[in-house]
Amino acid sequence: MKKLSLSTIVIRFTLIVGAIFSLFPFYWMIVMASRTNSEIFAIPPYLTLGGHLIENTIIVLTETNFFQAFLNTVFYAVVSTILILFFDSLAGYTFAKMKFKGKKILFVFLLATMMIPGQINIIPQFIMMDWMGWVGSYNALIIPGMANAFGIFWIKQYCENAIPDSIIEAAKMDGCSTFGTYWRIGIPILKPALSFLAIYSFIGAWNNYTWPLIILNDESKYVISLALTRLQGLYFTDYPLVITGTLISTIPVLLIFFFFSRQLMAGITDGAVKE
Amino acid sequence: MDDTINDVQEKKSFKDKYSKISEKATPYIFIAPFYILFLIFGLFPIVFSAILAFSKWDGIGEVQFTGLENFKTLLADTDFWLSIKNTLIIWVIQTVPMLVIALVLAFLINLSIVKRKEFYKTTFFLPYVTSVVAVTILFGLIFSNQSGLINAVLELLGKEPIAFIDSPFWIRIIIALVGIWQYLGYNMIIYYSGLQKIPADYYEAAIIDGASNYQLFTKITVPLLKPIILFTVMMSTIGGLQVFAEAQVLVPTNATAEGGALTIVYYIYQTAFLQSRYGYGSTITWGLVVIILIISLINWYLTSYRIKGEDD
Repeated sequence: MKKLSLSTIVIRFTLIVGAIFSLFPFYWMIVMASRTNSEIFAIPPYLTLGGHLIENTIIVLTETNFFQAFLNTVFYAVVSTILILFFDSLAGYTFAKMKFKGKKILFVFLLATMMIPGQINIIPQFIMMDWMGWVGSYNALIIPGMANAFGIFWIKQYCENAIPDSIIEAAKMDGCSTFGTYWRIGIPILKPALSFLAIYSFIGAWNNYTWPLIILNDESKYVISLALTRLQGLYFTDYPLVITGTLISTIPVLLIFFFFSRQLMAGITDGAVKE
Repeated sequence: MDDTINDVQEKKSFKDKYSKISEKATPYIFIAPFYILFLIFGLFPIVFSAILAFSKWDGIGEVQFTGLENFKTLLADTDFWLSIKNTLIIWVIQTVPMLVIALVLAFLINLSIVKRKEFYKTTFFLPYVTSVVAVTILFGLIFSNQSGLINAVLELLGKEPIAFIDSPFWIRIIIALVGIWQYLGYNMIIYYSGLQKIPADYYEAAIIDGASNYQLFTKITVPLLKPIILFTVMMSTIGGLQVFAEAQVLVPTNATAEGGALTIVYYIYQTAFLQSRYGYGSTITWGLVVIILIISLINWYLTSYRIKGEDD
């Protein structure tokens, strides 16, 4: 135990510095959100929590459209997550467990679409949304993304090992329809895979910025990322209010992280590190 | 009597036929949503964008076909080249340190002497779930001129404050830093799980032979993680070339004036959505596609070359 060698000290020091680098911005966010504007301008700066967090929160939630944006984002994130789960799991299950002509080519094609840089589509998609009258509506946010190649690929990989063919055969013999088999047998087995996809999709929607910025023009429909930049424009001299909004917008994803961090990390490495 | 039997048989065969067709069609129906969405919102826009790239259009009037005009303009457009330069600089100063540090951290956590592995993994990964807008606003305030933490510290040390956000040099570093903070842990987690798949015997054997930590890292960890490192380089390249939100949130008005924050996607956004030049905006988009293609080819060439070299 006495062997606290130089390298051990260096290793511990490096990891602690890394941890501080990761955590400090969160701490600083809470510090700034709990201070008044004049306190923030003080030199030397206050490094500890102040007493104005609740006051700042109330101002942000009542005097701006921030609460509305919060609800909008919940709606957008929940609806798009549910649709993604349904369409991706149905297609992933089909690719893994059903036989049909052209399966291989269709799947390779699906994977190939992942290589297309998303930026090509922004301009023409915006114009199309304009033609369809979807500019400013959640249709434009939700519908183009409600089935995606990544999710289908992910569910398919999981299905192949998790659902034995014999169960599907048995269900068929008992007179279960194809969709019924997917719904009653596939979905329950897929639960772990689906919960990762749900967390991942929800966080992605919650943090989405570029497309909402282009497509939403009415402030009452703003999602939280847009409301934040709007807040920054309105209160650019009142930092505590801006940063309180930032804190409020971050809390839901932090809560999800605290409950599901293991699942999220495992899912992400499953996608990246294959045998 | 004959008639009814016939009827029943006909009905039955019709039902059989119907169920056979529906059984065959079912898988296609189940996978259809993705392909329909891709045709409408993926493939058609690409074709449309290619047409727009050769046209002049303000979104309201007629689409004017102008041939190669836009591409000639593009090649002579100093803002376009500035945006490429900015994007590449930000990409390099973000990706290289981030991946190196992520790999070192993953290696350290994986060492047997390190305790509280779960704590470190979770802590490093935490920034990944935050939104780019929230993080950028936060970093913008930390580096702000008037009340920023960094400038307050500089002032305490008796140094002149730095106008970080107005400086083309610093703005690129701040944008890169936002990305490093957000994605360091993500890459670290990927490396870590790759490390877990390297058999412990390899390390044990090397340690018995008297290898140092540094040698373990360079002779075992890095070579065996190569496919995973390649994956993270690819992902970071795709992400790095598409940097937009950080720049737009830090410098919301006129990125050109500030110089350093004008990334390619920011320039596309400005041209198409702020100036309504949809044709030329599409041309810039295709310029970006060409760059992504070239960099991917270089990546691919370098890695396949390396692997060949090692076989000798």
